[in-house]
Amino acid sequence: MRLPCPICGERDIREFYYQGADVALNRPAPDAGDDAWQDYVYLRDNQPGEHRDLWQHESGCGSWIVVSRNTVTHEVSGAKLAKEIKRAKA
Amino acid sequence: MVDLIAKTPMDGFVPLTLGNVTLSEMTAGPITSVSPFNDTGKDLSAALKAAHGMTVPAANRSTGKASARAIWFGREQFILMGCEADQGLENYAALTDQSDGWTIVELKGAGAADVLARVTPLDLRSHVFKKGHTARSDLMHMASSITRTGDNTFLIMVFRSMAGTLLHDLQRAMEGVASRG
Amino acid sequence: MRVAGKGQIDQSTPISFTFDGIQYRGFAGDTVASALLANDIRLMARSFKYHRPRGVLTAGSEEPNALMTVGRDGATDPNVRATVQEIYEGLELRSQNAWPSLEYDVMAVNDLASPFLGAGFYYKTFMWPRAFWERVYEPIIRRAAGLGALSGKKQSDKYERAYAHCDVLVIGAGPTGLMAALRAAKSGADVILADEDSVMGGRLNSESFEVDGQAGADWAAGIVAQLGEMNNVRLMTRTTVAGVYDQGTFGALERVNHHTSVRDGKAPLETFWRIVAKQSILAAGAIERPIAFQNNDRPGIMTAGAVRSYLNRWGVAPGKAITVFANNDDAHRTAMDMQAAGVHVAAVIDSRSNVQALGDYTLIKGAQVCGTTGRKGLETITVRSSAGTQSISTDCLAMSGGWNPTVHLTCHMNGRPMWREDIASFVPTEGTIPNMTVAGACNGDFSTHACLGTGLEAAAKAVTALGKTPVEIDTPQAEDTAYKMEPFWAVPGKGRAWVDFQNDVSVKDVKQAAVENFRSVEHMKRYTTQGMATDQGKNSNVTALALLADATGRGIPETGTTTFRPPYSPIAMAAFGAGAEGKGFAPERKTTSHVATIEDGAPMMEAGLWYRPSYFPIKGEKTWRQSCDREVGYVRNAVGVCDVSTLGKIDIQGPDAAELLDFVYTNMFSSLKVGRVRYGLMLREDGYVMDDGTTARLSETHFVMTTTTAAAGAVMRHLEFVTQVLRPELDVRLMSVTEQWAQFAVAGPQSRELLNGLLDQTLDNETWPFMACGDVSISGVQGRLFRISFSGEHAYEIAVPARYGDSLFRTLTAKATKMGGGSYGVEALNVLRIEKGFITHAEIHGRVTAFDIGMGRMISAKKDCIGKTMAARDGLLDEDRERLMGFKPVGAVKQLTAGAHLYNEGDEATAEFDNGYLTSVAFSPTLGHFMALGFVRGGPERLGDRLRMVDHMRQIETIVEVCDPVVFDPKGERTRG
Repeated sequence: MRLPCPICGERDIREFYYQGADVALNRPAPDAGDDAWQDYVYLRDNQPGEHRDLWQHESGCGSWIVVSRNTVTHEVSGAKLAKEIKRAKA
Repeated sequence: MVDLIAKTPMDGFVPLTLGNVTLSEMTAGPITSVSPFNDTGKDLSAALKAAHGMTVPAANRSTGKASARAIWFGREQFILMGCEADQGLENYAALTDQSDGWTIVELKGAGAADVLARVTPLDLRSHVFKKGHTARSDLMHMASSITRTGDNTFLIMVFRSMAGTLLHDLQRAMEGVASRG
Repeated sequence: MRVAGKGQIDQSTPISFTFDGIQYRGFAGDTVASALLANDIRLMARSFKYHRPRGVLTAGSEEPNALMTVGRDGATDPNVRATVQEIYEGLELRSQNAWPSLEYDVMAVNDLASPFLGAGFYYKTFMWPRAFWERVYEPIIRRAAGLGALSGKKQSDKYERAYAHCDVLVIGAGPTGLMAALRAAKSGADVILADEDSVMGGRLNSESFEVDGQAGADWAAGIVAQLGEMNNVRLMTRTTVAGVYDQGTFGALERVNHHTSVRDGKAPLETFWRIVAKQSILAAGAIERPIAFQNNDRPGIMTAGAVRSYLNRWGVAPGKAITVFANNDDAHRTAMDMQAAGVHVAAVIDSRSNVQALGDYTLIKGAQVCGTTGRKGLETITVRSSAGTQSISTDCLAMSGGWNPTVHLTCHMNGRPMWREDIASFVPTEGTIPNMTVAGACNGDFSTHACLGTGLEAAAKAVTALGKTPVEIDTPQAEDTAYKMEPFWAVPGKGRAWVDFQNDVSVKDVKQAAVENFRSVEHMKRYTTQGMATDQGKNSNVTALALLADATGRGIPETGTTTFRPPYSPIAMAAFGAGAEGKGFAPERKTTSHVATIEDGAPMMEAGLWYRPSYFPIKGEKTWRQSCDREVGYVRNAVGVCDVSTLGKIDIQGPDAAELLDFVYTNMFSSLKVGRVRYGLMLREDGYVMDDGTTARLSETHFVMTTTTAAAGAVMRHLEFVTQVLRPELDVRLMSVTEQWAQFAVAGPQSRELLNGLLDQTLDNETWPFMACGDVSISGVQGRLFRISFSGEHAYEIAVPARYGDSLFRTLTAKATKMGGGSYGVEALNVLRIEKGFITHAEIHGRVTAFDIGMGRMISAKKDCIGKTMAARDGLLDEDRERLMGFKPVGAVKQLTAGAHLYNEGDEATAEFDNGYLTSVAFSPTLGHFMALGFVRGGPERLGDRLRMVDHMRQIETIVEVCDPVVFDPKGERTRG
């Protein structure tokens, strides 16, 4: 498996660390309430098909990236720097 | 008074030649990591050019010459190698002394890329990874920096503490390549 | 026997080898199979289950029968296919799965018992009594059945791994692959051409075809030579592309030195390649299928194409009187080639009625071979036709039920092949592997001309996809015969007709599966074992399917296929794991004091990837405890020196550095003064403790964080996560400096005195109070000093650039020794911290909260931090949780053990009554008894309680008393002194 690092280009999977769903980008406010925090920390839909998840190009450039991939076809359709996604939201 | 004696990471290592490839330990002089702060890219470029005559390397590239280089080293960082970093750069970037943190070797010879193909998943074909190109990648199980400094010459860096493993892994790969003649 | 003037191998270079101790001669280029056949050896193996005598069935990697063992001891290779293994001078082969010998195998008695050993026999027969299965039945079955055996010794051969990258990977170097590679390469693509054979050319080396007026093999050699001169082409022979993975990644096994005697530990026996290709062309060819008929497994019965291979490539006639049994025209060429070579052809038996002889040989139409004789080698066949039944003397029967395209790789990403009625076989479904084009015989195009042409087309497609323009190459002249066959799977009749030779599965077994309602092909496979083991059904799958379809009254497409998974052909585990054994398993991280430590005779222990000294033995000490107790005494009474460079150190710089620390630590760091150090606790977002350590403030915008040795990588990743994903607006930069600094703890009442004899400055309690930090120098060498303590003593950590680490360690140790102290290892370090109740990852093991370790108040109320919200959940603040306490023995038994569990006195020592567990245990020489840290329900509320400590593993039970975790100098006076 290979992932497209936005900085380094396509690289072997072994250079990356896998974290999980990109839900992690949306940290609730401290007073958002139990449900919001429960959702953020624990609950994941995990449906087969299109996924967006966080990886770190750990032994490469160090970037945290959001990878779009399909868990049924294994197609990887793209990756963006998490920092830029987050900044665009701000 | 005591005089502290300096040792290199591969203290006592003599260059190793197997087949047409030679592995040598390099002494690079001072190494400083430079991580530009938010929105200081342009100022840093100008300051680096003025102080060291080098441009800030783009991602996966290096600038400068053998005597002093700037090697891209990851997201928002590069290292200055072979010269003391001008302290004026501190206005634009976090500077950290890394002179002692890295084992640095040179792998040289016709089969150098074949040796590296046994330890790193990088695509090192000469028209893809050209002279001056650099990458952070795995070298076996070690985080590494690999730079092509010549047609058949690579500068390789891993953590200082892993010098022995680097030698083990490269020697094993060199033996495999040399055995094919 | 060899046929004069035939074959392409070098008959001037004789080579001798042994099989079961007998020496044979062959020539360079021979496989074991061709060389043994040349020596008229037909019996090469015994079958898996019934130990029936078997010879070679094929001439390729699909061989199910002729499996042997090569080498001895740690270099033993079982299940080597005689059709793949090339001979070399001194090669030693042994037969396997036979005792006492291949000729007289006592286990052949299984064959007589075969009525009781049919499909699924072990599910039915060995049911009772239940306990017998593991102890009696399974060992007996395992001994009786099976292929070659491993040596049980450490692997002594070297295996290698490597990566390769290309634009176009061409798999298979027959006519299709050669043309594809040539066109792709000439069009400017980087090409890798891989073939499992030692010589490229595929079937061209086995047939008497001509291409462009040249002998096929010569034409192929010419193309290979042309490719070999191109810089953008890499030719990989003896390389099997065995698996297809995501994003154009392929696994390939290169047999580098199986054909040589080189075993020097430097040259690899095999190389496992990971090839990354933008485009791939599958030109894997086809595999001929046998026909099932009674006793079709005798040595001397082989596929028709294999017989031609032995003749045309190796110059070997596998018999003196050849017969052919086929359902297609192609097999008739075996008779013609044999005749042309002067070998007698007794008859060609064709199952089709409407067929013409293609040459001057006896053709029996509409006929079937319904039986054979010859226990250890074929002697006669019985042929049944409308004219009646006749017996024909023959020592080699060439059979062909048609050809099956080699679709395997196209199925590795969950693709299913499609049934093609006209060739009665499966072909790949287009698009099952992204960026792969399938061409030639593996796509059902069997003529040489079609292979050459589709190879060229496939290259054009691949090259165009790369954005290059394909060069024009004319399709060479070659035969373009139509493939004429009529499906014929099995000869009806009694007796056992073998479908899967490797697993001894007969037509009857497949039918039995259907009768017992194992109608799904996947069930049939598992019930009969058809399609398992080293050949994975390459010779038998389609036939077995056809028979199952027939038995269940369905068509073959509805019946479907089993799933083809990687690897295509067997790969040794050693090849998959190549390079990762021994020192290749993980990097060894060594501190700068490593050499001096080893010189001192200290045994090393692993701490993550790091190596740290356990203790430093001195003369006269017999146990580690003696050394450890002495070293604890150094620190408590004089001064000890310990390398602490393994702790993670992270440089944190920028205007927002303090804000970052406030966010990742539970406690405040923005309030920390420059020149001071503070202990910090870090949580995960779920509220549990992640790590702890001290952080020093070097300037307003510059901190150095210390992590535990074990969590250094994880903490760095976490900080990157926070700064990139959660708080990208923070202007802060992170840099690991773990490797830059050699850092040593100098601990004990005399630590300051030691340092004052070394540093260029003088330390005192006012300028260097507890938790102070700053720059110092040693004879001009700039370093950093931190007054921190992990032992509870007056202590410092001094850091210098790593190049001086060795020298400084020796200096510190020498000075400490003169002062009645010395170096101490991790064992003593552990005792010192347990006496002080300091935690490590033994305590913060991932399931404890700040509350659990008595640090709940360290979660600052003034700010948000990672984990704060979740840590406030009611359940995590329950007084009754297992919380950190100290423990000491108070009964007759004095020993404590880490991992032991705690129970109330009077309760049973079972999970139901579990009250906690011990995490860290040490014998405290300072206090004169064992001490422990651990977790007990209720924590501080249990102070003074007596509990049973039970170590079920070591069978130790001790009565303990719950005490404060800090048993030594609870007020911390020594630290500050």
